Amino acid sequence: MEEILNALARAFSFGTPLLIACLGAIINERAGVVNLGVEGMMALGALAGFAVAFGSGLGDGNLWLALLAAMLAGALAALLHGFVTISLRANQFVSGLALTMLGLGVAGLLGKRFEGQPLFNQPPEWPFTLGAIGLAALLAFVFYATKIGLSLRSVGENPAAADLLGINVLLVRYAAVAAGGSLAGLAGAYLSLVYRPSWTDGMTGGLGWIAVALVVFVGWSPLRAVFGAVFFGLLYYLQFRLQGQGGIPSEVFASLPYILVILVLALSGLRRQQGNAPEALGRPYQRGER
Amino acid sequence: MRLEPLVNPSRYRVLWVTLAAVGVAFVIAGGLFAAYGLNPLEAYRTMLTGTLFDPKGIQETLRRSIPLLLIGVGLTLAFRTQFFNIGAEGQLLVGAVFAAGVALFWPLPPVLSLPGMVLAGALGGALWCLIAAWLKSRLSVNEILTTLMLNYVAQSLVIFLINGPWKGKDARGYIYSDRFAEYQQIAVFPGTNVHWPTLLLGVLLALALQFVLNRTTVGFQMRVVGENPGAARYAGISSARVLLWIALITGGAAGLAGVGEIAGIHHRLIEPMQLSSGYGFTAIIVAWLARGNPALVLLSAPLMGLILAGGDLLKVSLNMPFRVVDVFSGVMLMCLIGSEIFLRNRVRWGR
Repeated sequence: MEEILNALARAFSFGTPLLIACLGAIINERAGVVNLGVEGMMALGALAGFAVAFGSGLGDGNLWLALLAAMLAGALAALLHGFVTISLRANQFVSGLALTMLGLGVAGLLGKRFEGQPLFNQPPEWPFTLGAIGLAALLAFVFYATKIGLSLRSVGENPAAADLLGINVLLVRYAAVAAGGSLAGLAGAYLSLVYRPSWTDGMTGGLGWIAVALVVFVGWSPLRAVFGAVFFGLLYYLQFRLQGQGGIPSEVFASLPYILVILVLALSGLRRQQGNAPEALGRPYQRGER
Repeated sequence: MRLEPLVNPSRYRVLWVTLAAVGVAFVIAGGLFAAYGLNPLEAYRTMLTGTLFDPKGIQETLRRSIPLLLIGVGLTLAFRTQFFNIGAEGQLLVGAVFAAGVALFWPLPPVLSLPGMVLAGALGGALWCLIAAWLKSRLSVNEILTTLMLNYVAQSLVIFLINGPWKGKDARGYIYSDRFAEYQQIAVFPGTNVHWPTLLLGVLLALALQFVLNRTTVGFQMRVVGENPGAARYAGISSARVLLWIALITGGAAGLAGVGEIAGIHHRLIEPMQLSSGYGFTAIIVAWLARGNPALVLLSAPLMGLILAGGDLLKVSLNMPFRVVDVFSGVMLMCLIGSEIFLRNRVRWGR
């Protein structure tokens, strides 16, 4: 029993960054913009958070300021994606890919001086987990019960109609992309401040990509994202827990989350989950174009 | 300022927009170097003098251009048909695994061994890519996610093999396989690491695929599927079949790059990070620079090869982290796709 509770607790702790990043991605995808740069924005957020926490007090700095910096870094990176895909109408998938390379590159470059530095004030994990779950509930409410949510969804489903109704499509998309980016940055900061208070290059380790895949798996629903994130969190826990046991090579466990993502996506395909996708997902909007 | 649609941009326009995008990318990357605390001019000087004006540097640039050329040619075709394969890294690794398997465990007559490795490598890469293509055409699963996930799986596969069943007898403390026999190695220019048969193969592939794309029915179908899927359906072109071809070509080319790396340079199966160092990702920029023309990869691959070799120099002589190359790749790709609006539109100033 204790074992199960412990496993569940760890699953929530591993699942928290996934959930935060996934909720962010849901916001911008609901507005019709895919951002595959989550991994890069997480890396930037992780670095920005760590740098501020470390720099503002020699390893004992202000955590609120650090979280704010992480969200800002994620949002700025996302706005770059927004500019290229919304204003310059470039391919969203490729731009997200470029953002991943850029984010990982810049974080690795600028973060070199923080490599191996300690951080002394580690905040507890549970407020973040609770906050993320609360955010999921809030998002579900906003999406389905408020005017803002309706505008957001209409921009993602049928931007031309939204435009006719007087909604500023480009503005809503920019705002959604920035919100998504700030959450990705926050997810990164959870890794570098809360989960393992340190900075190492590549510490996001593919989590951002899993968060992107999770969006499809949970059918763009914030509430279902909670379960999806905990499920993958449990998997990560098992990966560490079962390593080196029963003669199964550790490489099998290392590749398990990735194989599972593929399986999960295939399963979503079988259940025709892509039908839940916002209608205008991935398409730039230009007035007067059908 | 407003934009006027432009239907067919002239070659001249494509050239200068692309060059401008590359120029802007270098300026932005320079700004990031400055933020790191390094004089960008000094960084670029190091990269240029150490590569173009140094015999060793030219070799290094060429050596790194080979996998970029092979993968880039395949990706150009894939992007043209809207198949965003970003798993060339994994396909390269699986190609290397297949080739190493043939080299180490299939006692073929010496004359047939190397050809067997080449074929097996191409097959391995193609199969790895086919997984994603099949999932896309059957279940409409996004290929970006699957090919990327398969990269991680391929890395684990290589580590598992060289750390377990394929671990070399002379590998003390390190993990790599046994060494290939002399006749299983690809020839090099004497005194260098430049395995010229692979280079030649890449050049031929670039020219052949340009011909296929422009002058054959299959190529025509590929272009239609990429540019107008609706029209392709009306014309009775099976996009699933085109996708299958694309996956075989792009994955196979990446597999060949893997064969070249292990049979031409390392002569054994080694750790994924040393085996590839991100060729699959850098080749994405190579393909995008070529703007959908396989033959133009002959120009864009050496350019990115130069950046990879130059990035190495920055690492060694200026002690910069290996992520410099990612900075270049990311900025370059962002600028390239951002510039495309100026290909499809003309800028008019004033009202």
